[in-house]
Amino acid sequence: MKRVWTYIFLIVGGIIFAYPFLWMISASFKPEIEIGTIGLWSSDFSLRSYQAVMQKIPIWRALLNSLFVSGCVTLSVIVFGSIVGYALSRLRFFGRDFILGVILFTMVIPFQITLIPMYILMVKFGWVDSYAALIVPGMIGAFGILLFRQFFLDIPQDLVDAARIDGCNDLRILFGIFYPLSKPVIITVGIIAFMGSWNDVLWPLIVIRIRDLMTMPQMVTLFAVGGQAEAQLGAELAAATLLAVPIILVYAFFQRYFIESMATTGLKN
Amino acid sequence: MKKRSQKIRNNDSAGYLMSLPYIIYFCLFIGFPLVFSFILIFHKWNIITPMEWVGLRNFVRLFRDIQFFKSIQNTLKFLIIHIPLQITVALLLAVLLNQKIKARGFFRALYFLPVIVSGVVITLLWRQLYAYDTGLLNTLLTHLGFARIPWITEPEWAMPSIAIMATWKNVGLYVVLFLVGLQGIPRYMYEAAEMDGAKAYQQFFYITLPALNSTMVLVIILSTIGGFSLFIEPFVMTGGGPINSTLSAMLYIYNQAFYFGHMGYAATLGFFFAFIVLAVVLIQKKFVERKD
Repeated sequence: MKRVWTYIFLIVGGIIFAYPFLWMISASFKPEIEIGTIGLWSSDFSLRSYQAVMQKIPIWRALLNSLFVSGCVTLSVIVFGSIVGYALSRLRFFGRDFILGVILFTMVIPFQITLIPMYILMVKFGWVDSYAALIVPGMIGAFGILLFRQFFLDIPQDLVDAARIDGCNDLRILFGIFYPLSKPVIITVGIIAFMGSWNDVLWPLIVIRIRDLMTMPQMVTLFAVGGQAEAQLGAELAAATLLAVPIILVYAFFQRYFIESMATTGLKN
Repeated sequence: MKKRSQKIRNNDSAGYLMSLPYIIYFCLFIGFPLVFSFILIFHKWNIITPMEWVGLRNFVRLFRDIQFFKSIQNTLKFLIIHIPLQITVALLLAVLLNQKIKARGFFRALYFLPVIVSGVVITLLWRQLYAYDTGLLNTLLTHLGFARIPWITEPEWAMPSIAIMATWKNVGLYVVLFLVGLQGIPRYMYEAAEMDGAKAYQQFFYITLPALNSTMVLVIILSTIGGFSLFIEPFVMTGGGPINSTLSAMLYIYNQAFYFGHMGYAATLGFFFAFIVLAVVLIQKKFVERKD
């Protein structure tokens, strides 16, 4: 009996979390007057709302921008994070623990302090309205370095010694020997970096004003609040659906990695 | 001997070289902004005209800025509703999921879904759910015979509504964190309690909750930091209205900087606000964390 109640609760919970998404996707295909209905079915499904979105904003361009920016950020966080993580875990040099301390310290600085000066820096570099402003400040993350360092600490020293005797330098050891062993941590760091970059809106809103360089969340936001949607609910929901679908698709295949990655970063903090 | 010192120095230089990306990054994007923010708070500046030294006038202005304190109050109101709600729901779902049930992974994945989706999507979606006349929630309420609720059109309701939405978005992450914590509690503790005749709720309050203390600290701190950066939800949902009831501190700082162009003042607000965040987190840590 108790078991039954557990399932009922879990299923009700599942409906509460999943139904709004299903409703949104369905509503984006419904005609405007049917959007207020609770049901998912309509006899008049069409692509009108999507056509309205594509007419008003260059949404595909925004999708490409987002993919490019998040791709560069993710790749770079992995490469630089692992290089620095390697130095901090496998090399001995004066000041190493100091650098590690600094990294840990930076994690407690609230971003509210640095936000305005960062914007001014972008202005001074002439990076406002450029990909550089979106990519460069995100190229290294403290969390990436720390996760790589933690993982590399557990790799046996014998492997490193053997490779040194074969004449490998540190980069060869890192990319040739450590990388094949490090899939879990690479995936974790990659997912966290990608999600952070893909879903960020505040920073793009600050540094990008030109439509052709806008990221997708930014463009959808401005579409909805900037009056371009002209109170067409269908178009708003279609834009939101276009923004949600890529990440939901990736999530559907890799949900276990997503959940584990985000849980580890939560716990590491 | 010579060879040995040579080797160490080589190793040293490799270490510095490989740490260089971070050192450059730190100087440019952390060190410089920190120092520069300290300079900015004593200046009046709109970026275009030269900086003007104003001494402590930004702070004087800050302490007289009723809107800013209102925005902090709004943010705190958000946190006071959001955090307890989130902990209750997350704990409930985590305890349910921690039993021997089928399809646990499936439910976990469902609850986690809103966590990965952009806050913009969530807010646009909930704006429709909350709409007064045609919104899904009010339609549901009227079908069930209740009155409509002015979710985002009345000042008393708007911030609680955003807090409910934020809970719906984030709770999946905390379910997972609590699940990790729950799985770390040894079974024999419950078995022993059962032999002593402890009821289910007693087991929960005397075994489960104390054992989850470190997870609890983590959950509270993470949701506090997240809550203090509340920005895109009110930006999209209400624009800060009605009557500034959802104007969050971050939204206010954003407006000061990028709508009015008051860079110096906005930097001062950010500086001050960051200290509030740190102070609140430290106080929470002190009161919630138990050392044993």
